[in-house]
Amino acid sequence: MARITMREAISQALWEEMERDPAVFILGEEVGVWGGTYAVTKGFYDHFGPERVKDTPIAENAILGAAIGAALVGLRPIAELMTINFAFSAMDYVVNQAPKLRYMFGGQFKVPLVIRAVGGGGRQLGATHSQTPDAVFAHFPGLKVVSPGTPEDAKGLLKTAIRSDDPVLFLEHATMYQVRGEVPEGEYLIPIGQSKVQRPGRDVTIVTYAKGLELSLKAADELAKEGIEAEIVDLRTLRPLDMGPVLESFKKTNRAVIVEEGWRSYGVGAEVAARIYEEAFDYADAPILRVAQKEVPLPYNRTLEQAALPQVPDITAAVKEALK
Amino acid sequence: MNKDKLLQMYYEMVLIRRVEERGAELYQAGKIGGFMHLYIGQEAVSTGLIAAREPRDRVITAYRDHGVAINCGISANEVMAELLGKVTGTSKGKGGSMHMASVEKNMWGGHAIVGGHLPIAAGLALGDQYQGNDNVTICMFGDGATNIGYFHEALNVSMLWNLRVLWVCENNQYGMGTAVERASAVSEIRQKAEGYGMKNGRVDGMDVLAVYEAAKESMDYVRRESKPYLLEAVTYRFRGHSMGDPERYRTQDEVKKWQDNDPIGIFRAALLKKKNISAAELDEIEARAEADTQKAVEFAEASPEPGMEELFRDVYVED
Ligand SMILES: Cc1ncc(C[n+]2csc(CCOP(=O)(O)OP(=O)(O)O)c2C)c(N)n1
Ligand SMILES: [Mg+2]
Repeated sequence: MARITMREAISQALWEEMERDPAVFILGEEVGVWGGTYAVTKGFYDHFGPERVKDTPIAENAILGAAIGAALVGLRPIAELMTINFAFSAMDYVVNQAPKLRYMFGGQFKVPLVIRAVGGGGRQLGATHSQTPDAVFAHFPGLKVVSPGTPEDAKGLLKTAIRSDDPVLFLEHATMYQVRGEVPEGEYLIPIGQSKVQRPGRDVTIVTYAKGLELSLKAADELAKEGIEAEIVDLRTLRPLDMGPVLESFKKTNRAVIVEEGWRSYGVGAEVAARIYEEAFDYADAPILRVAQKEVPLPYNRTLEQAALPQVPDITAAVKEALK
Repeated sequence: MNKDKLLQMYYEMVLIRRVEERGAELYQAGKIGGFMHLYIGQEAVSTGLIAAREPRDRVITAYRDHGVAINCGISANEVMAELLGKVTGTSKGKGGSMHMASVEKNMWGGHAIVGGHLPIAAGLALGDQYQGNDNVTICMFGDGATNIGYFHEALNVSMLWNLRVLWVCENNQYGMGTAVERASAVSEIRQKAEGYGMKNGRVDGMDVLAVYEAAKESMDYVRRESKPYLLEAVTYRFRGHSMGDPERYRTQDEVKKWQDNDPIGIFRAALLKKKNISAAELDEIEARAEADTQKAVEFAEASPEPGMEELFRDVYVED
């Protein structure tokens, strides 16, 4: 096992897959000469050259449309959106083209495309640059949506995404690149569409992913000091959603809190709670609670922004409420 | 142009420079967060441009907006307070560096989605046309923004609908780390107007008087003919794209070469050639800009943060 950062894990996955398969190439804004806005592709341009690490104009529609076209004829493009907020400038390709082409043409096409995008709040970037709109994308059948919370998962899931014959949206969190974690030596893959228990516990189930995992692990440490043992289930993939470990945990604890960074309304928490009620209603000992972002566009001011984002004390409070 | 106007332009250029230099220090000190894009090196463009507008002419720009805000008449106090996220800022501390605006000063915002404000600019002009106003909308954007679809859609409708928009491309040679020739199929941005049958021109964006003349002429044309016009101002940003840019994409020699061509220095030399302007007068203006910057910092530091009630206010009009 090696202990590396999220940034290194993602970078290694890209590097290994590019070494392994010449059909894999990267395109996006500032991915080459600059080395990636978040330094994920630093050194790639010199090693793989300008054709495989393709700097593009600021043209999200051209990036994604061209990536889809190249994928149709046999390449494995990794299109980078500088941030997920810019997906809205090219939403048609993300939700209306890539996920639909195969189905609509009777299974003739394959779209082996990965869209990597950075999201998340907490960096005082203002309302248009700070969003966590993951649930929006998870709404669309035909698109896989992956959002890891540990370096190990990031590396294994990204490698699988690159080898997937279907379009995958791979969501990274802007404040998690420095998060460190153990990663297996050598090659490994993690299947898309599998939730995982990241911390065992008996009293309450916390369902979360990505940034929510980081916060929930801290909250669980706090709660443990008071004798409350939270079990944390990390979704890792939002679509297809694997409810297996969630339901298994809930049937044991009978109480659940769902933690996500995006807005509460119509969010990941809403989906997960509905599924628990549908499939394990009889096991519920308390209403399922959600911890999420306040229903406002994120403000620049640091104090206000932090107040709008879910925090560790919000999670511990919700857990105690669920245990009442 | 009369002497007062010239000296006012000089004051604004120096004030923008000082405010941003202090802004950079405050950013390093952790008092400003988020993305902050400095306008240093490009001051002549918005100063010349906005000096040529009537107050009723609207202005809209991208995130590199501190200079534009000051030229539009927003005080250094409000600009600095917004940078510090204070409630006395242009946007109550909720917008930050990239989002300065003042309806009163006819400044419709810095906008952070590249190219996103261009169709909105067309809409400002459409609104004016609909209401029978003859004011011009001045829309500023970078070279990089001319490669995104928004630009092309906006240029097309502005021509098609005879909208009074002065499109101003600030060609500072780079969009982040990507040089114009690595991102645009044509090297002169103004050529892109040709495809829409739109009149266009190119001006030295380091020379504030040249910008003023070009702006005056093109604005007159837009107002008179009710047709859009695209003006390309050739300029350079002396600092990184935003704070913390490693600047691997350009050489120090190149930066130095442009810095020797400082728009404030060029203007000062031009002013000193005039018989009725003395070096002492210009020194006095520089001292005033320095003092006003200091006052703005003190004002911003002393201002309160927005209260928690601001978090939920203005999501909707009725809030
Ligand atoms: C739609 C969209 N894509 C990407 C970005 C990220 N981004 C912000 S500024 C910028 C460069 C813009 O360059 P240019 O238009 O030349 O303006 P300059 O910064 O040089 O003033 C990029 C790529 C964005 N904000 N919006
Ligand atoms: Mg530029």
